[in-house]
Amino acid sequence: MMYRDHQLTEDGKLKHFLSIEGLNKTLLTEILDLAESFTSLADHGRAVKKVPLLRGKTITNLFFENSTRTRTTFELAAKRLSADVLNLNISTSATSKGESLLDTLRNLEAMHCDMFVVRHASSGAAHFIANHCAPHISVINAGDGSHSHPTQAMLDMLTIRQHKSDFTPLRVAIVGDILHSRVARSQILALNTLGVTEVRVIAPRTLLPYDARSLGVHVFTDLHEGIEDVDVIIMLRLQKERMTGALLPSEHEYFNLYGLTEDKLHLAKPDVIVMHPGPINRGVEMDSAVADGKHSVILEQVSNGIAIRMAVMSICLGSRPEHQRREETA
Amino acid sequence: MVEQVTQTAFMQENAILDLIDGMASQLKRQLQQNGISEAAMIGIHTGGVWIAEKLHEKLQLAEPLGTLNISFYRDDFSRIGINPKVHPSNIPFEVEDKHIILVDDVLQTGRTIRAAMNEIFDFGRPASIIYATLIEKDGRELPIQASVVGLKPMLKQNDYLTLKGPSPLSLVIGRKLSGGDSEA
Repeated sequence: MMYRDHQLTEDGKLKHFLSIEGLNKTLLTEILDLAESFTSLADHGRAVKKVPLLRGKTITNLFFENSTRTRTTFELAAKRLSADVLNLNISTSATSKGESLLDTLRNLEAMHCDMFVVRHASSGAAHFIANHCAPHISVINAGDGSHSHPTQAMLDMLTIRQHKSDFTPLRVAIVGDILHSRVARSQILALNTLGVTEVRVIAPRTLLPYDARSLGVHVFTDLHEGIEDVDVIIMLRLQKERMTGALLPSEHEYFNLYGLTEDKLHLAKPDVIVMHPGPINRGVEMDSAVADGKHSVILEQVSNGIAIRMAVMSICLGSRPEHQRREETA
Repeated sequence: MVEQVTQTAFMQENAILDLIDGMASQLKRQLQQNGISEAAMIGIHTGGVWIAEKLHEKLQLAEPLGTLNISFYRDDFSRIGINPKVHPSNIPFEVEDKHIILVDDVLQTGRTIRAAMNEIFDFGRPASIIYATLIEKDGRELPIQASVVGLKPMLKQNDYLTLKGPSPLSLVIGRKLSGGDSEA
């Protein structure tokens, strides 16, 4: 709840998109509805696959951490809305973050940017920037440390809704590296806010946070038990770059115990969908037969990522309170 | 602050259907005059689609009806933001080189039609666009005029007409009350 005030305007509209935390079902549904209508821009009949909604706005991708797919989909989303896009890859050497970051911000503000899309290896970086940037700027969190990745969670929700229409009766299993996953935290919050019946997390004990249950989930350490009768399976990537120490015996053993294969998939509901935020480690998190199989919706997730980012960008930039807009034009 | 309005009935379905009949004959004449044998139709969400559905049936056009939602093309986005409930545009035919009949319920400022034409051009380059509206009001802010008009009623300055529907269709006059009145 601590972020509620940071993300919303006085009249309860989304100004920044930093975390699923503090957003109610109505707001999340609005994002999904708008994203749904943006998906129609990819229709074959359209000669021009963009709309002039954010014409004249400047959106800056501030990536302190590399991520080709996320950066590309944010860039494409901004361009489909006719915004101008600036891509900045800023390396985070061992600077004392506070000072240098603020200097960067002041410089970007001087270039008259309207939105920062922030990706950072430290939890809370996007919130920090939202707190310290000029009042007319909106900030979108594109992943901060192991804290949250709200647009990824929302594109997953959109994909689930397109296949299952109603969230209420669903049982959803999230499998893999829950401990290091900002995606999992955001997904759990979003699923519970949208009112699914059950969220399960499935992982070896070493990859579960010690307070997993407090997230509002049922915890399983056995994949067979965990995916029984679920409607949705979300596989997470093994975050090798975030792992320190001996959390796993080997990738091979991980695959034997937690890798998704067609055999294991039979335990879930017959119309189960399989998701993965990418990039997939084939033969570690899942078999190629599953990744490319009929239950997989992984590539739909990528397309939906553009629509969700378009929705969040246009909601944030369209919800500035009146007095702020007056100041801008003054 | 919520704007205070009063609403009174202006026209019921039967009378509106008569207007649509009149529009259909005007359109036939116009197409003939322009030497157009085949046209396609696009209605603007929401009221324009209701009118277009009826016109489309009367004119027996071969191409299925297209629908346009101009929310993403509005010129007041940075002032009022976006309504998340946007029915996406759906144009089930090739726009390129088509003669298009564009249908809306009420023409006033002309801004909706400006946005609609911009969106149509993102689908392709039409051969021509004929614009038909059920109601024409004064108050143009852009150089846009309708080729076919159902009715041009005499209205007071603060009055505006809203089409309700889809079944039954009715026209309602809304009257904006000034600040003092709304407090009363």
